[in-house]
Amino acid sequence: MFLVRSVSRTPVLRAPRRWAHSFPQLNSVTEHDLDYFRKILPPSAIITTLPPNPSPESELEPFNNDWMNKYHGKSTTVLKPRTTKEVSDIVKWCNDRHIGIVPQGGNTGLVGGSVPVKDELIISLANMSKVRSFDDVSGILVADAGCILQSLSDYLAPHNYVFPLDLGAKGSCQIGGNVSTNAGGLRLLRYGSLHGTVLGLEVVLPDGTVLDQLTSLRKDNTGYDLKQLFIGSEGTLGIVTGVSILTAPAPQATNNVMLALPKFENVLPLFKEVKRQLSEILSAFEFIDRRVYDLAIKHGQGRALDAEETEGAECFVLVETSGGNREHDEQKLNSLLESLMEADEPLINTGVLATSPAQFASLWAIREGLTEAVSKEGKPYKYDISVPLQKFQEVVDITREHLRSEGLMREGAVRHVVGYGHVGDGNLHLNVVADAYTPEVEAALEPFVYELVAKYNGSISAEHGIGVMKTHALHYSKNAVSIDWMKKIKQLFDPNGIINPGKVLP
Amino acid sequence: MRPSAVRLLNILVPVKRTVDYAVKIRVNPDQKGIDLNVKHSMNPFDEIAVEEAVRLRERLKDEVKSIKVVTIGPPKSAETLRTALAMGADAGIHVEVPESAPAPEPLGVAKALRAIIEREKEKGGIDLVIMGKQAIDDDAGQTGQILAGLMDWAQATFASKIVVDVAKKEANVTREVDGGLEEVRCRLPLVVTTDLRLNEPRYASLPNIMKAKKKPIEKLTPSDLNVDLTPRLETLKVTEPPKRVGGGKVESVDELIAKLKEAGITPVKA
Repeated sequence: MFLVRSVSRTPVLRAPRRWAHSFPQLNSVTEHDLDYFRKILPPSAIITTLPPNPSPESELEPFNNDWMNKYHGKSTTVLKPRTTKEVSDIVKWCNDRHIGIVPQGGNTGLVGGSVPVKDELIISLANMSKVRSFDDVSGILVADAGCILQSLSDYLAPHNYVFPLDLGAKGSCQIGGNVSTNAGGLRLLRYGSLHGTVLGLEVVLPDGTVLDQLTSLRKDNTGYDLKQLFIGSEGTLGIVTGVSILTAPAPQATNNVMLALPKFENVLPLFKEVKRQLSEILSAFEFIDRRVYDLAIKHGQGRALDAEETEGAECFVLVETSGGNREHDEQKLNSLLESLMEADEPLINTGVLATSPAQFASLWAIREGLTEAVSKEGKPYKYDISVPLQKFQEVVDITREHLRSEGLMREGAVRHVVGYGHVGDGNLHLNVVADAYTPEVEAALEPFVYELVAKYNGSISAEHGIGVMKTHALHYSKNAVSIDWMKKIKQLFDPNGIINPGKVLP
Repeated sequence: MRPSAVRLLNILVPVKRTVDYAVKIRVNPDQKGIDLNVKHSMNPFDEIAVEEAVRLRERLKDEVKSIKVVTIGPPKSAETLRTALAMGADAGIHVEVPESAPAPEPLGVAKALRAIIEREKEKGGIDLVIMGKQAIDDDAGQTGQILAGLMDWAQATFASKIVVDVAKKEANVTREVDGGLEEVRCRLPLVVTTDLRLNEPRYASLPNIMKAKKKPIEKLTPSDLNVDLTPRLETLKVTEPPKRVGGGKVESVDELIAKLKEAGITPVKA
């Protein structure tokens, strides 16, 4: 495995080699299988390139390729069941016939977890898109797995509730996929991870059995909490078909402020102070280092602060509040800003406060535009890592120094090493911007970055998951005993290895 | 020879607290008004006016003697004045009306502004009024023009560029008109109303927000100004625009043609 990793260069190329030894022996979908699927599904729920009525290849493209067009499957058939029973019938058939299955939601993942490795059958949950129930007293929502995140948000809005999860892909991603990948996103600091907000799941297990744990109970200490196994296991243990989740009362007021800090060392004391003073209304605390801020401004992401404001700033912090009472929130925010500005040894140089929604959006645009700015600057190597908060800057600096010592911090190789991320969640996005994807840069970065993260007991994948992209690196974040037990659990649930083969586990 | 007295510029910027433009407007069940219990902020065109006044000072330096902002509205309008002060205005005037009072109309507002300008005469007078071309709540778009008429001053509406020559007591204003841009030269005193392209308002920086808290705000009532703000118009009915009806999918060209015919669309005879 180590050998494979060291010779591989791009995910697309190395992929087939890596799973060659661990990929289970599975059968392809045949016309005989389709005959069975036609008995349980209407014609519109089956897309296949197999005879007698083949659809054009192009219809399968959006299912076989991920949105970045980085991972490519060769599936011949997509099924779009409408009910849990249909999913169960399909899975049972596939298990008996040893046909591999890839459960697919919005296909918006970043690590190739939702596209086939070979020609597995794709089960798209897109047609299961109904809200099953909503209780506007408890805020508990029960919905089909194929509900799109944005449509659930829209559904909740008139009831004055918000979904506890929000992320850039909200217009396409589905709640079943969100749960299966334990998506993090922008509201995690406020509402916690899905491990806390998901109250129950309905899952079709690899043998076709329906595991109904779709309870709407906040408290339920009765035996093992099996649903947790399906949150974040990226569809390798079963197919989530229904989700019961606790939604939150909608905030009535939001504000944000961008603070300019003289040095990184001030970020943590500032975080402490902000948490102490804002307490329950704090909803985001985002860190942006100076280099990546400059890139964002250079590439026109959001409106820059006045040069006067940013002079001498080593990094920036974006703070967002959301609460139930505008006056109360503004008062809290104002007294925080006052105390920050008037302190004897101020933690911040200065900052700006959004006074209108346009400015609110403009300040967020700087933060949200970082990804785009980095891509415009060059070819980014992206690492989504969790490390202790006080190590954020160190990780960025050490990586830059390492590249410098390798002679790669130069024209034609690496231009920038930058960091930004969710301080509130301990999640750093380390980005290395190179002129081109080259073997020498990759060799300098991997496994260097993974080893660095492992040294801090961090995580090599904070919110993006493992998919097929990082299976080889799982061991940097999980020890042998953990991986061994993961394999045992996989074996227990899915002895034939049919569900999402080649993903997560090495 | 005695040097002629240097006339410095005093600028007045009227601002209005309106329902924020990003808020989804909901009509009250009685259809006489809208739900006002939502986020308010400074009317965007007024924000541009404040920004322009501050930029004029940045360009003309000491030639701009004062920038005063004035608002007419309920107690919460004071926040809007503070925002303007944080952007760089020097002082505020708040003509306070009760929370429950109906919104004043352009004529009433213009008369109140005239009274303010009269009051300012003893403090050096007002040479330039910069204000939004309209408020986004009632979209009346009249106050600037009425004020210029009441004062018998020059007016330059829908401005996208303002160049003031203090010594010559005149201003060149570029206006956005249907056919393109029109440049007019006006003598001061002058009323300018702002269009969207004039500038992009700045963020309020923290030090300036702190400073704004110490800037003076004078409180007045309509009766102090001898004006009556009672509306002359009666609102009969407020309704929402009709809901947009979603499209449908058809399975074949024949079905499409059938539907088009159903909708009364007929082919053009060649």
